[in-house]
Amino acid sequence: MARNLTFSIFRYNPQDPVSVPHTDTFVLDETNHMTLFIALNRIREEQDPGLQFDFCCRAGICGACAMVVNGRPGLACHTKTKDLPDAITLMPLPFFTLVGDLSVDTGTWFRNMAQRVRSWVHTDKEFDPKALEERMDNAVAEEIYELERCIECGCCVAACGTAIMRPDFLGAAGLNRLARFVLDPRDKRTEQDYFDIVGNDQGIFGCMGLLACEDVCPKHLPLQDQLGMLRWKMGWAGIMNLLPWKRK
Amino acid sequence: MQTFHTDLLCIGAGLAGERVAIEAAAAGFDVTCLSLVPARRSHSSAAQGGMQAALGNCAMGEGDSPDVHFEDTVKGSDWGCDQEVARLFCDNAPIAMRQLAAWGVPWNRVVPGKSTYFKGGKLFEKEEKQEKEGLITARAFGGTAKWRTCYTSDGTGHTVLYTMDNRAVQLGVAVHDKVEALSLIHDGENCLGAVVRCLKTGELRVYLARVTLIATGGFGRIYRESTNAVINDGGGLIIALDTGVVPLGNMEAVQFHPTGIVPTDILVTEGCRGDGGTLLDKNEHRFMPDYEPDKAELASRDVVSRWMTHHMRQGLGVPSPYGDHLWLDIRHLGCHHLATKLREVDEICKNFLGIDPAKNLIPVRPTQHYSMGGVRTDKNGLAYGLKGLFSAGEAACWDMHGFNRLGGNSLAETVVAGMIVGAKVVDYLRDHQVSYPTGLVRDSAAQQQDRIKRLISKADGKENVFTVRNSMYDALMHGAGIFRNGKDLEACVQTLQEVHERANKIGLRSNGRGANPELALALRLPGMVRLALCVAQGALQRTESRGSHAREDHPERNDRDWLVRTLATWQPGAPLPTLNYEPVSQVWSIPPGERGYGGGKIIPAEPKE
Ligand SMILES: Cc1cc2nc3c(=O)[nH]c(=O)nc-3n(C[C@H](O)[C@H](O)[C@H](O)COP(=O)(O)OP(=O)(O)OC[C@H]3O[C@@H](n4cnc5c(N)ncnc54)[C@H](O)[C@@H]3O)c2cc1C
Ligand code: SF4
Ligand code: SF4
Ligand code: FES
Repeated sequence: MARNLTFSIFRYNPQDPVSVPHTDTFVLDETNHMTLFIALNRIREEQDPGLQFDFCCRAGICGACAMVVNGRPGLACHTKTKDLPDAITLMPLPFFTLVGDLSVDTGTWFRNMAQRVRSWVHTDKEFDPKALEERMDNAVAEEIYELERCIECGCCVAACGTAIMRPDFLGAAGLNRLARFVLDPRDKRTEQDYFDIVGNDQGIFGCMGLLACEDVCPKHLPLQDQLGMLRWKMGWAGIMNLLPWKRK
Repeated sequence: MQTFHTDLLCIGAGLAGERVAIEAAAAGFDVTCLSLVPARRSHSSAAQGGMQAALGNCAMGEGDSPDVHFEDTVKGSDWGCDQEVARLFCDNAPIAMRQLAAWGVPWNRVVPGKSTYFKGGKLFEKEEKQEKEGLITARAFGGTAKWRTCYTSDGTGHTVLYTMDNRAVQLGVAVHDKVEALSLIHDGENCLGAVVRCLKTGELRVYLARVTLIATGGFGRIYRESTNAVINDGGGLIIALDTGVVPLGNMEAVQFHPTGIVPTDILVTEGCRGDGGTLLDKNEHRFMPDYEPDKAELASRDVVSRWMTHHMRQGLGVPSPYGDHLWLDIRHLGCHHLATKLREVDEICKNFLGIDPAKNLIPVRPTQHYSMGGVRTDKNGLAYGLKGLFSAGEAACWDMHGFNRLGGNSLAETVVAGMIVGAKVVDYLRDHQVSYPTGLVRDSAAQQQDRIKRLISKADGKENVFTVRNSMYDALMHGAGIFRNGKDLEACVQTLQEVHERANKIGLRSNGRGANPELALALRLPGMVRLALCVAQGALQRTESRGSHAREDHPERNDRDWLVRTLATWQPGAPLPTLNYEPVSQVWSIPPGERGYGGGKIIPAEPKE
């Protein structure tokens, strides 16, 4: 106990004409049950009130606090300092637009992703307030929930080689989102509809399958299985597409 | 300066804000939502338990109806709620849940057949009916006569918010995230929009709207220890209060939860105690039976929080770098129970504390959890005081919670109120046109610009924003926490007035450029202290105990004198809020009776001969 921790933190404020990218060092005494949430707030309050970083729920639920901790993308609120060495390096997530220091803009990217995969249940049924709800198998509901646990933290995209090379890549989070609708019996899209969205290099065929995404996902989503499933289904849809009598 | 025009401006993109937005967008209006964070990070996503609606599908919910839900809600409010609103809420909750199902929420469904469940640590059996297979199921929650709380595993808020946001994307609702509303634009009669700061660039913007909605959630962050997200700092309430004409209702009604973990105040569920967990002090002595021999740890939320605080005040808390706390002991429940029935608690302990609850004690303390008070509205969601201003969700005092909110009723409130208020907003948009006087708009923006300049140049003083904030925390925690009494409240009000003066003399230490976080706090803090003063002053005047408001010097619930709702307004430049009162309800379907928890004397409304 009572270690002194040395934090090396990336600094850059794009809105400040005199700011240049550099690293600042802060030293802090470690306390019991300290997390990066506590440490960063103490640094801001005691040493540098201008330090930018994002936390929201501080409970591993909202995805706001993703950053690169000693080289690895993860959630800062649920990183305990006792699991880290005395020297801690913090960098903003790559890939997303930098707001300042450790803060990045994930909102714009994820909103755009939702529009691209048309992330809603496609149906022509009108909701009838007087009718009972449509029945659903509980096991199916639970399966959908398993995929819907993504918190849009951006770790998977930040760790993805394809995403770094092609900014229009949907990323594991986008492909997983689509898989959630493929699974949902309420969504009436056909395989061809899904193929139009992800059957290309920005989608499933851009993925190299190296699975950095699944390794870093703080929610342990089964990204590998979803990518495999989509690749398989889209492969089929692609072949069907080549057969003229199957084409719609 | 960028100026945006829209029909409906929703300040807040949590469940309440987005639900209202969707109603207006579906009716063809142009809608913009503002949010401090991407919509899906709003605090609504953190609710795990579930939301109440009397569907009566599951075995333990059989015979449930909106009537039973209504009775639970009124009792839960300690007769402090508006019964017309509670009725409206309970009748519409089932429709709202079914609509969410149609939009894509993967609700857990009824699985027919036999299964077991725990109650008070004992095992029971139940059988689900074949004919109900596949309908939305429900779980038990405190204070409900039937199992009524609809859920999706332990991620209800998350799935419901994601579904809502999907729907918003589908309907073309614009969400401007990483922005903060700093003031409302109004002429004393009409609300015309808001002045907003971009949290990416630091620049000011103006939003002009025919209708403005405040749906900014709770204000828990005026307390040091809160289960709320760090963004729940009452921004929407501050801008309403600062108009001088819009009242906040029942600000003294603040709910505390017994078991927030120390240091980060993340909530661990009531289920720990339900399944047999105990509370220990620094000597590892189990103290609850000393105070409540019958119910011990299973007394109601408010009662347990009060005894814990009392016990720590006796010097029996465990000291830590983060202040005193107590222990929650669930070691005896065993690894298997923890890994299955209390999985979430097990994970929280391992992820955030790095301890194993099967072997270690969990540090806990009572923590601010929910704000019943907020922007006072009528049953249509229209705020008092300004035309064209609405409010919904936790930010509003609509008022179906009265002095104590039942678990599972607030998440449901966001969507039910959103549906009802949304329809009223649409009516309003159809009937009303407004014009925007350019001088007024320019002045509103200039005022905020001036505040920013003065903070950066230290024109008003050199107070440190964090030090001043800590003084607010100390004053509130000490005087207007779980226990309240006249003497401490008076001191609290006085200290907060001094803190308020200091909050107006803050000077920045950093340069304030761009998305500067010190500037953001400095802009918000004086308003937060005003909210704190509304809480403390309201609590000082209310000489009774009702729901979560517990006065040691007035332990009785006084229906004779206090069957009223507090309305707090703030005249510009005044040192304190002005308090007025209105009857809590116009309609009395259920006359005031026993609250069914916590004991205590009641002074009846009509003293009997
Ligand atoms: C840990 C926890 C667990 C809970 N569990 C349950 C449960 O199981 N069941 C239940 O019924 N209730 C639960 N609640 C309560 C419930 O979650 C909330 O009452 C509800 O989600 C509030 O929703 P809302 O839409 O009103 O506000 P929020 O979801 O908090 O949204 C507020 C929005 O306003 C925005 N905002 C705030 N200030 C500004 C500003 N100045 N300018 C611009 N935008 C702003 C925010 O960015 C956000 O988008 C829980 C609460 C907590 C803290
Ligand atoms: S498996 Fe595909 S999505 Fe995942 S990191 Fe590799 S390239 Fe990216
Ligand atoms: S899939 Fe996992 S890593 Fe990627 S955004 Fe979602 S939660 Fe984060
Ligand atoms: S702050 Fe919400 S996940 Fe870390």
